[in-house]
Amino acid sequence: MSGMHRGRMKGGSGKRRLSFQRTVQLLSAVLVNGYAAGFQKGHIFTGGTKAVCVPVLNCYSCPGALGACPIGSLQAAVGGMKRHFPFYVLGLLMLFGIVLGRVVCGLLCPFGLVQDLLHKIPVPKRRVPKKIDRPARYLKYLVLLALVILLPAFAVTKTGVTPPYFCQYVCPAGTLGGGIPLMIADPALRTLAGALFSWKALILVVIAAASMFVHRPFCRYLCPLGAFYAVFNRFSFFQMNLDETKCIGCKKCEHICPMAVEVTKNINGPECIRCGMCKAVCPTGAIASGFACGAEKPRAERLEEP
Amino acid sequence: MKRKSVLFVRYGVLGLSAVCIAVGLMNQEHLEVMQKAVKICLECIGVG
Repeated sequence: MSGMHRGRMKGGSGKRRLSFQRTVQLLSAVLVNGYAAGFQKGHIFTGGTKAVCVPVLNCYSCPGALGACPIGSLQAAVGGMKRHFPFYVLGLLMLFGIVLGRVVCGLLCPFGLVQDLLHKIPVPKRRVPKKIDRPARYLKYLVLLALVILLPAFAVTKTGVTPPYFCQYVCPAGTLGGGIPLMIADPALRTLAGALFSWKALILVVIAAASMFVHRPFCRYLCPLGAFYAVFNRFSFFQMNLDETKCIGCKKCEHICPMAVEVTKNINGPECIRCGMCKAVCPTGAIASGFACGAEKPRAERLEEP
Repeated sequence: MKRKSVLFVRYGVLGLSAVCIAVGLMNQEHLEVMQKAVKICLECIGVG
């Protein structure tokens, strides 16, 4: 069933060790939220690195956050007092997208890691029917367009500043990484929590619960950052590659894929988060990944090669 | 999609991203990002 891939692999001595994916995910989570004193003292980091957007969905109000959230920054640029085209944030996002594509989702995103870990809880796993799953995948593009771009740009309040709609009404990473730790550390903030916090907590609980049964529901259906990077998967420097001459059609790759990608048909499609699970499970080594500075050869040319 | 088109898009977007970052830095947009990021975003944490 999808998502049953073991995060640990047995080494030669019989000891289990973390997979490459899990190791990178944990390192990334620590690097991106490395300000440990923030959790202890209940305040956020205010150093110079906060001028740089991290490539992942990570709330800048998380006490440990060392960088800025790109989605929050995008909304702030579009809907803030100065209200301007977000050259800097968009430039960074395009850079991450064209170099990595959705590797960010599969290997770097802390909220992706949270969903992966929740999926390891031993409850019956569910496969979302294609009739629901396929159209629902477009919802994240609507979230990106409406909540991150259009509403902050045009739904101006009396103050002249628009709220960050996605952050305010949806983002579960903000609740988990920012809201909860800050409220634990600061009793004064707890008194301010009201209906909005209850709504956001509900969204977080629903996504967390869904993650136990379906792999990466937020990444599939709601994440606007994933939607942005998805556009770049086809063109990014980082590419997945399926060697059709080695593929035996066992479909192990498709069974294990957390995003239910048809690996043998569209390995560099927009839904692939480049987690590498398919590569790890392939019995013939038909799947490879890496950085391609040139364009890949068309299928016909590859099949002609001896 | 043709190989040349993929290459064109790949390097074109890379170049465009560099230009956008440079323009943003000249406009001091990074300072605006920092100004927002060093304050607790009450909307983001659910306080509003």
